[in-house]
Amino acid sequence: MEFFTISLLNGLSYGLLLFMLSSGLTLIFSMMGVLNFAHASFYMLGAYLAYLISGVVGYWPALIVAPIAVGLLGALFEQVCLRRVHKFGHVPELLVTFGLSYLVLEVVQLIWGRAVVPYGLPEQLQGPLFSIYGTQFPKSRAFIMLVAVLMLLSIWLVLTRTRIGYIIQAALTHPDTVEALGHNVPRVFMLVFGGGAALAGLAGVVAGNTYVTEPAMAYAVGPIIFVVVVVGGMGSLAGAFLASLLIGVIQTFAVAIDRSLGDLLAGMGMQVTASGGLEQVLRLTVAQVAPILPYLFMVLILIFRPKGLLGTRET
Amino acid sequence: MNAVAKPSMPTARLVTWGGFAALLVVAPLLLSSSLALNILSQIGYLIIICLSYNMKLGQGGMLSFGHAVYTGLGSFAAVIAINYFSNHNIGLPLVVVPLVGGLVGALVAVPLGYVSTKKAGTTFAMISLGIGELVVAIAMMLPDVFGGDGGISINRTYGQPLLGVTFGPQIQVYYLIAVYCFVCTALMFAFTGTPLGRMLNAVRDNPERVAFIGFNTQLVRWYSFIISGFFAGIGGALAAINFEIFNAADALSGLKSGAYLLFTFLGGVTFFFGPIIGAILMVLASVLLSELTSAWLLYLGFVFLIMVMYAPGGVASLIMVNVRMAHFGKLRRLWGLYGGLLVTGVVMMLGVAALIEMIYHRQLNAGAGPVVQYLGVPLDTGAVTPWLGAAALAVVGWALMEGVRRRFARAWSTAQEEIESEIQARGALQ
Repeated sequence: MEFFTISLLNGLSYGLLLFMLSSGLTLIFSMMGVLNFAHASFYMLGAYLAYLISGVVGYWPALIVAPIAVGLLGALFEQVCLRRVHKFGHVPELLVTFGLSYLVLEVVQLIWGRAVVPYGLPEQLQGPLFSIYGTQFPKSRAFIMLVAVLMLLSIWLVLTRTRIGYIIQAALTHPDTVEALGHNVPRVFMLVFGGGAALAGLAGVVAGNTYVTEPAMAYAVGPIIFVVVVVGGMGSLAGAFLASLLIGVIQTFAVAIDRSLGDLLAGMGMQVTASGGLEQVLRLTVAQVAPILPYLFMVLILIFRPKGLLGTRET
Repeated sequence: MNAVAKPSMPTARLVTWGGFAALLVVAPLLLSSSLALNILSQIGYLIIICLSYNMKLGQGGMLSFGHAVYTGLGSFAAVIAINYFSNHNIGLPLVVVPLVGGLVGALVAVPLGYVSTKKAGTTFAMISLGIGELVVAIAMMLPDVFGGDGGISINRTYGQPLLGVTFGPQIQVYYLIAVYCFVCTALMFAFTGTPLGRMLNAVRDNPERVAFIGFNTQLVRWYSFIISGFFAGIGGALAAINFEIFNAADALSGLKSGAYLLFTFLGGVTFFFGPIIGAILMVLASVLLSELTSAWLLYLGFVFLIMVMYAPGGVASLIMVNVRMAHFGKLRRLWGLYGGLLVTGVVMMLGVAALIEMIYHRQLNAGAGPVVQYLGVPLDTGAVTPWLGAAALAVVGWALMEGVRRRFARAWSTAQEEIESEIQARGALQ
C-alpha cells in the first residue's frame, strides 16, 4: 500500500510534468502542423535561464520571468526561421527545428559548460510535504503538480473562454476563413509557437531544480514527449493529458519493481535453466526494462490503435 | 543525373560511372597516407549509408530519425558473423560478411518498417525516433548479447587468405569497401528507375492520387524501407569491418541517426548524387574539422540551419543551379560577385569564429591560461582588444556581405529571367 501510494504520487507528478511539455508540442502541432523537434530544448533553456535569473533576483521572480524569456525566444525563432521555411512544407519545418535543437545544445554548453549546474530548490520548497507510512513525499514534486494543474486550467480557460482562444481554435481548423475575417493568422501562429515554448520553459523552471539541470536534460525527455504525443493521438490535447499520466505512472511503477521474469516463473513453480542471451533476458528486472516501456507502449498503440488513444486523425 | 532526356545519354552515363569507378580506384594511389586511406574508407561506406538514407528521405519523403538502427544492426550482424566464422572454422570469406549485414538490416526493417510506414510525414518522423530509442535501449539492456559499454571486437583477418588477400592492411579493406560502394551505388541508382522507385516518388509527392489509382501507399513505403534497410546494413557491416569493433551505444545511437540526416540533407536530397557529397562532408567534418576546433558542432548547427532556410536542396542543388547558369552562359558575369561574397563572408566568419573560439576557450580550457591560439595568432581572452576586434570584424564583414548579397540576388534573378525567356523563345521557334 505504501509502495503503491508513493509510486502513484511520483508517477502523477512525473506524468504532469510530461503533460506540461506535450501540451505545448500538441498545440503547436495541431495549429501549425509543425512538429517542434526543439521543444525539449526550450525546456532546457527554461531551466538554465531560471538558474541564471534566480541567482540574481531569486527563484519566485524567475518562475515568471524565465518562461516569458523562453517564450520570446520561441516567437523570435518562429519569425526569423520557421516562417521562412513554411512555404517549403512540413519536412523542412521539422528540419529547421532539428537544427535549432543542435544549436541550443551547443550554445548552452558554450555558456554554462558541460557539467551539472547548481540550480537548487528555494527554501520554501525544500524538505518533505508529508509522509505516508514512513516514506516522504517532497514538496518540490507537489509543487510541480500544482503548477501543472494551474497551467492546465489556464490553458483550458484561455482556449474556451477568451476571444483570442476562440480565434486560435478557429484558426486550427479554418485558417483561411479566419484570415478572411480580418485576423492576422501568422501573428496567431507566432503567439502559439511562443506560448508553447513558454510552457516548455515553465516545465524546465520547475523540473530543473527538482531533477538536475545539465546539457543532457533535453535529450532525456525529448523522445518521451514525442511518444506521448503519438500515443495520445496527434493533435489531441486530452489525449496528450491521458498519455502523459499513463506513461508517467507506468514508468514510475516499473522503476520501483525489482523483480524479473525469471522470478515470476520461479514463483509459478517453473524452474527455467537457460544460458547466454536468454538467461540474461530472464534475469532482467522490471526496473531495468523501464526505459523501453514508453517506446514499447507506442509500438503497441500503433499496431492496435493507429490514431492514438483519443486521436481523430488517421495520418 | 537529371540529364535523362538528353540524346547522348548512354555516353554521358558511361562517362559518369566510369569516372566514378576510376576515382574509387585511383584515390588511394594519390592520397596514400594512412590518415587519407582511413578517410577514404569511411567515405566509401558512408556513401552507401547516406544513399540508403536518401532512399527514405529524398525519394520517399520519409524523414527518419532512426536510420542508425539498420546500420548499427548491420554492424552487429557483421561482428557476430565474423566471430562465428572464425570460432567454428567456417570457410566463408570476409567479402560475404557485408551481405550478412545487409540481410540482417533488411530483416529488421521488415517488422520495424511495417510499424513505421503505417504513417507518413511528421508522424513517421516521431515513430522512427521512438523505434530508434527502443532499439538502443534494448541493446543497452542486454550487455551479454550486444557487448555493453566495451563493445565487441573482431579480427577481420580470420581464416585463410582469399587469393592472397588477408584484409589485414587498410588498403585491402579500402578496396573491399570501394567495390561494395560502387556496386551499391549503381544498384541504388538502378532502383530509382524501377517501377517501385518511380511509385515511391509518386507516393512522396501525392499519396492521395496514388491511392486513388489503386496503389497501397503503405506497401510502397514499406518495400522501399526494407530495401533501404538492406543497403544500410551493408554500410554498417563495412563500418564494423573497417574499425574492427561494434559498440551498441555508439553505432545505434540517436546521435548517429541525427548525423546521417544532417549530412544527407547538407549534401542534397533532391539529386541522386547529393548524399555522396554529404558523405564526404560528414567525414571531413568529423575527422578534420573536429581536429581544428572543439566548437565544430556549433558551426555545423549554424551551417545546417542556414542551409535549411536558404538552400533546402543542399550542396547538390547549389551545384546544379550554377551548372544551369553556366550552360546558358550567364555564370561569367556572376564570378565577380561570387568573389565578393567569398571575401566578405570570410571576413565575417573570421570575426565570428574568433568570438566563438574565445568563449569556448574561457569556458572549457580556462585552466590552460587566458591565451588561445587562433589560426596561429595568440588572442588574450583576458584583454578587451581581441573581443572588440573580433566583434568589429564580424559586424563589418556582415555589413559588406549583406551589400554584396543584395547585388548578387539582383544579378541572379535577372539572369534567371533571361534564361526563362530564352527557353520560351526556343519553345516558340519549334
